Amino acid sequence: MRLLIANGYVIDPAQGTNTGKNLLIEDGRLVGLSSHSDGVPEGAEVFDATGLVVAPGFIDMHVHLREPGHEYKETIASGAAAAVAGGFTTVCAMPNTDPINDNAAVTRFVIEQAARAGLASVFPIGAITKNSDGTELAEMGEMKDAGIVAVSDDGRPVPTAGMMRRAMEYARGFDLPVIDHCEDKSLARGGMMHEGHWSLVLGLRGVPAAAEEVDAERNCLLAELTGARVHLAHVSTRGAIEAVRRAKEKGLPVTCEVAPHHWTLTDEAVSDYDTNTKMSPPLRSQDHIDALLEGLRDGTVDAIATDHAPHHADEKELEYDQAPFGIVGLETAVGLAMERLVNQGVISLERLVELCSTNPARILNLEERGTLRAGARADLTILDPELAWTFEVSRSKSKSRNTPFDGFTFRGAAVATLVGGRIVYLHPDYTRVIESHRAGTFVS
Amino acid sequence: MSTNFKLKHLLGIRELSADQITHLLDTAETFLDISKREIKKVPALRGRTVINLFFEASTRTRTSFEIAAKRLSADAVNISVSTSSVSKGETLLDTARNLEAMAPDCIVIRHSAAGAPGHLARVCNAAIVNAGDGAHEHPTQALLDALTIREHKGHLDGLKVALIGDILHSRVARSNVYLLSKLGATVSVAGPGTLVPPEFAGLIEQGVRVERKLEDAIVDADVVMILRVQRERQTEAFFPSMREYAVHYGLHLSHLSLAAPNAIVMHPGPMNRGIEVSSEIADGGRSLILDQVTNGVAVRMAVLYLLAGAGKQNGTKRTPAGKNGAQEKKERSGKLFA
Repeated sequence: MRLLIANGYVIDPAQGTNTGKNLLIEDGRLVGLSSHSDGVPEGAEVFDATGLVVAPGFIDMHVHLREPGHEYKETIASGAAAAVAGGFTTVCAMPNTDPINDNAAVTRFVIEQAARAGLASVFPIGAITKNSDGTELAEMGEMKDAGIVAVSDDGRPVPTAGMMRRAMEYARGFDLPVIDHCEDKSLARGGMMHEGHWSLVLGLRGVPAAAEEVDAERNCLLAELTGARVHLAHVSTRGAIEAVRRAKEKGLPVTCEVAPHHWTLTDEAVSDYDTNTKMSPPLRSQDHIDALLEGLRDGTVDAIATDHAPHHADEKELEYDQAPFGIVGLETAVGLAMERLVNQGVISLERLVELCSTNPARILNLEERGTLRAGARADLTILDPELAWTFEVSRSKSKSRNTPFDGFTFRGAAVATLVGGRIVYLHPDYTRVIESHRAGTFVS
Repeated sequence: MSTNFKLKHLLGIRELSADQITHLLDTAETFLDISKREIKKVPALRGRTVINLFFEASTRTRTSFEIAAKRLSADAVNISVSTSSVSKGETLLDTARNLEAMAPDCIVIRHSAAGAPGHLARVCNAAIVNAGDGAHEHPTQALLDALTIREHKGHLDGLKVALIGDILHSRVARSNVYLLSKLGATVSVAGPGTLVPPEFAGLIEQGVRVERKLEDAIVDADVVMILRVQRERQTEAFFPSMREYAVHYGLHLSHLSLAAPNAIVMHPGPMNRGIEVSSEIADGGRSLILDQVTNGVAVRMAVLYLLAGAGKQNGTKRTPAGKNGAQEKKERSGKLFA
């Protein structure tokens, strides 16, 4: 079966491609590019991408799909549906489920459930330590054989430098990146928002930026000591960005990701105690946002990841200090990246693709993903950079509704998502979108 | 005086205007007299229901609200819930919805979670009064403090007020800083470095003077407000011992010589005698600690009256004497309060 993605604008930073081309898919694999003026290959169906950007499938390397254990918040199937609706073809599921993914049996379960759902590809991330309690190493080798692509004790960060050192040394043997949620719990001490002006005004216990930065610095030092590949999850502070920048200057194998809510909202958003502004790390002040934007611009930041963290409405309806941390993010990430980064001139579309696809694939060793080279999997994210839209959480594919972005308007959206050559998501207005683009021409 | 007292709930001082605060204080002043009468009751809130919903232990504030409601003839219902039992059972909002279904006119809430009263205000038609939420605000405390200061100094404008102690965790400190600055006073704060964050200087536009030493905050102060120190702050490593706290951050007679002549001393209670304040001061002539308690009833009467009583009806304020009210109200109020 052949499918021609015709008349689109193809961006693939892995090959340095940034041009108007047709893209041919055969049996779920990419065949190659051809000129817009070339004809349709024999027997090929045509997917008209006039005015659209065709990119390698976006990879969200940090999501919580809640299965097994918390299926009332999200299942692998509902999370995968939200992923493709948001333009992601691949997601990586953090291990903090119940039971925790700290052994191959759970890893296999996650992979089987994802295969059953059949939408986005789901790669599990294994725990660093058994039960993520920071004392004994989890069976990383067994889990790697079963299909994990990284290890992390996300949410329950490895508390001691000594334990982290061992984890890095051990993970290095399996070429698994070690992902750390940088948070020194003794500094965070039960804080629930960024420590600063607004935490004082609101009387909410604050988490100082230093709580993240102490661990970020620690992890960079340990990367140097061990030579392991270290990835800092959802970096939110100036100091953490600077730590990564210095590590990269030294040539250390340190990478990092940033989450869309962290560049979009400041801690002032907490001011009416909306529990959908409660996440860890917390929303920071403008100065930290400026540092994130600089890092996104200058290459310090490697990836955009949502930290998609579904929670049931009943849980988020509690008092601010009792509500759980986290927000859903899969369906707003592209909108927030287009609106706040690309449209504002912070980064180019090409850089966006790098952050959302090329780099995550490289960090996680996903060789058949993150590129449009011939032979790679036909995972595609097709963007309309001009489409104006409003996010309505009531229409979300996720089981949860915990977002501060309900009603936000954006320019730029994922309008089609292809996984293994199959169209798994098509924007409801696709036909109208294409007609309007045919009337004009897309300018990059 | 303001003719524009539009306030559905009293969640904090931060969002109030100077006019609204002054109106609350003026109203409270007119209620002071009722508590001095032999028959301490007027029918201003007859037929209205006030629920005191207390999720935190409180004697003074709960009693004060209850007395305030009863002196206005409201039906006052007290609910004390230990937070621990709540975490096992129904959520705050479900509790609120259940209470709302019984059609109260006002819910007075104290809760350990900052923002809990606002949370209630979003689902309730009843007027919500914040009786203290976490480290956020305690508006009626700031109002009764202001009433007490006004009583003794005649005004707040231009006064220097020193706040001493655990600023970080204090809702009383926050509400007072907002109120005092809105009415033209300047505020300095001092206490252990662990409990007085430097960022407090930027809490309000006018700025707060953050001092490291007690003495520097107290110099020339017209009012010294002492905050209660919680014993658990020691185990949380905010300071080494109660003894050291008393020596370095407790208020002693010698401090008062630094303050302005006729400086007054206040404390929101309950006091730790000999810790944050020496008994000589607490029981001395400068201390207005019991006046604060007395004024607390009047302030809460004013709040309940304005939010749940005749005052609330069309959003326009009406003094108890009925100066700006409709004719019939004027007559009735005249009888009630004259």
